[in-house]
Amino acid sequence: MLEARGITKRFGGLVAVRQADLTANPGEIVALIGPNGAGKTTCFAMLSGFLKPDEGSVHFAGADITGLKPHAICARGMVRTFQIVKPFAHLSVRENIAVGAHARIADRAAALDQAASIAGRVGMSHMLDQQASALTVAGRKRLELARALATEPKLLLLDEVMAGLNASEISGIVEHIKAIRDGGVTIVLIEHVMQAVMSLSDRAYVLNNGAVIATGTPNEIATDPAVIEAYLGHGAAARLATGGVHA
Amino acid sequence: MKKNSTFWLFFAVLVVAALAAPLAIASTFWIDFLTLTLFLAVLGQGWNILGGYGGQFSFGHAVFFGTGAYLQVILQAKLGFNPWAAIPFAILGGIVIGAFTGFLSFRYGLRGSYFALITLAFAEAFRVLATSADAITDGGQGIYITLNQDPTKALATLQFGAGNGYYYCAVIITVISLLIAFWIENSRFGAQLVAIREDEDAAEAIGVNAFKVKMQAICLSGAITAFGGVFYAQKFLFMDPNIAYGPVKSVEMLVMPIIGGMGTIFGPLVGSFFLHTLGEVSKHAAHELVGDRPGLDLIVYGIALVLILALLPNGLVGLIRRLFRREVSRA
Ligand SMILES: Nc1ncnc2c1ncn2[C@@H]1O[C@H](COP(=O)(O)OP(=O)(O)OP(=O)(O)O)[C@@H](O)[C@H]1O
Ligand SMILES: [Mg+2]
Repeated sequence: MLEARGITKRFGGLVAVRQADLTANPGEIVALIGPNGAGKTTCFAMLSGFLKPDEGSVHFAGADITGLKPHAICARGMVRTFQIVKPFAHLSVRENIAVGAHARIADRAAALDQAASIAGRVGMSHMLDQQASALTVAGRKRLELARALATEPKLLLLDEVMAGLNASEISGIVEHIKAIRDGGVTIVLIEHVMQAVMSLSDRAYVLNNGAVIATGTPNEIATDPAVIEAYLGHGAAARLATGGVHA
Repeated sequence: MKKNSTFWLFFAVLVVAALAAPLAIASTFWIDFLTLTLFLAVLGQGWNILGGYGGQFSFGHAVFFGTGAYLQVILQAKLGFNPWAAIPFAILGGIVIGAFTGFLSFRYGLRGSYFALITLAFAEAFRVLATSADAITDGGQGIYITLNQDPTKALATLQFGAGNGYYYCAVIITVISLLIAFWIENSRFGAQLVAIREDEDAAEAIGVNAFKVKMQAICLSGAITAFGGVFYAQKFLFMDPNIAYGPVKSVEMLVMPIIGGMGTIFGPLVGSFFLHTLGEVSKHAAHELVGDRPGLDLIVYGIALVLILALLPNGLVGLIRRLFRREVSRA
């Protein structure tokens, strides 16, 4: 359903993403993990049309979408959320979500109704008339999710929707994400919360210094020496294997 | 939908009051005062569509006003157009200039102060152009519409002399501009425009074609503002480069909605009423206290603007809403 081939992005001398191959099949939840600055958000920006890859191509739902504008990619059914949340601060939760609903629905009243029903799917029904600027971090993350969901995507790109949430909020949002997948939406998520990655994802990619260094099921990834080195430093895998890690 | 019934209530009261006002007000001075207040509210609404709802602050909206006004005068004076026939071309002129400025700015991603500067530059360029294009505009001396002195032809020539005709015209264009703002607040186009103001990237991500929506907004804004120019041309039967494209109109147009409440239906109207009343009162007070001091009303404008910006981020409409809510919650 989604296939990125050899996408590369340079910022001046820095290669933020290097020759990355990523795929997502219909109905999957795919995790994209890696240390800070690995290039995960930059990957999302290239997939969703915010950045044009310097090299490589992005195919979605059978068509080459490289270089299309974000709104056009959204119209084709792929939508991203932002790691640094971007609520429409002066609008209510309902109005925020309705903007997403307008991607498919022209009528204002119908879009507002749709917004209310989407809010229900992510547990925001009781906040519909709150101003977005008054939301907590957890509320804003949910709003990002709800707005994206309102565009009726085939594929959702979720950038750290659990960052900054407490344990009960995380398990809440994990349930919502499962339900969204069960509703037929393919999901690619960037996440630092490993418990969530392990419980949610069918497959994972590990990005380090802009390159994909490993891919497989969450369990395969967790025992991959290259991945352990990326997270814990050079030589860590060997020390772990001999039981020599103390600090 | 409670919000909408409040609108219709205010709207109905306003229309009735506006239509009845000439029965209660005999003084031509005050009718003229109301006429200019409404006229500037329309220009303010033109700015409000793009600046208030869309968050694209133009410092050169005179470019639309002046183009509408000039076309209205030139088509009659030079090409013998009937004033009614000139109106669509004048409005079209506003749209074309809007599309042109918008394309150059938005295509290249100019936002914020860059957009403000490019609109300012456009207005200035047109002022110079209007001054030097002697053959078309009669240059710096200005250009006139032939005065009609036959009262039976008032409607045909859109010249109403001393009666209340201009006032009623001002009411009509105000009503049209309010209805357009109401439509903005209740349409997909308006929702997308406001989303762009709040966060353009977030809007684009969830399917808003920001370039297209901003282009539509600047064309609509240009059309309304040019329509205001048509009114001005018919009322004063004269246009010159400074009135058309000078910074005074550009500033007035943005001050009304900022003081009244940006991105609200009634903001420009409330702001215009407030500022004109304030201007009149201060003119009279100054006259009593220190004698004639031209420009004093502008100083008062400035002070009011600073105070309201500092104290009322949502303008007078925001203040009224807050007071209203407090009353409701107390009751
Ligand atoms: N617009 C930009 N201009 C210049 N450098 C950038 C830009 N965006 C990202 N970078 C750099 O590219 C690298 C990858 O950044 P990116 O945001 O993709 O990382 P990430 O994996 O999402 O990290 P995190 O887990 O902290 O969110 C970083 O070194 C970052 O500083
Ligand atoms: Mg990131």
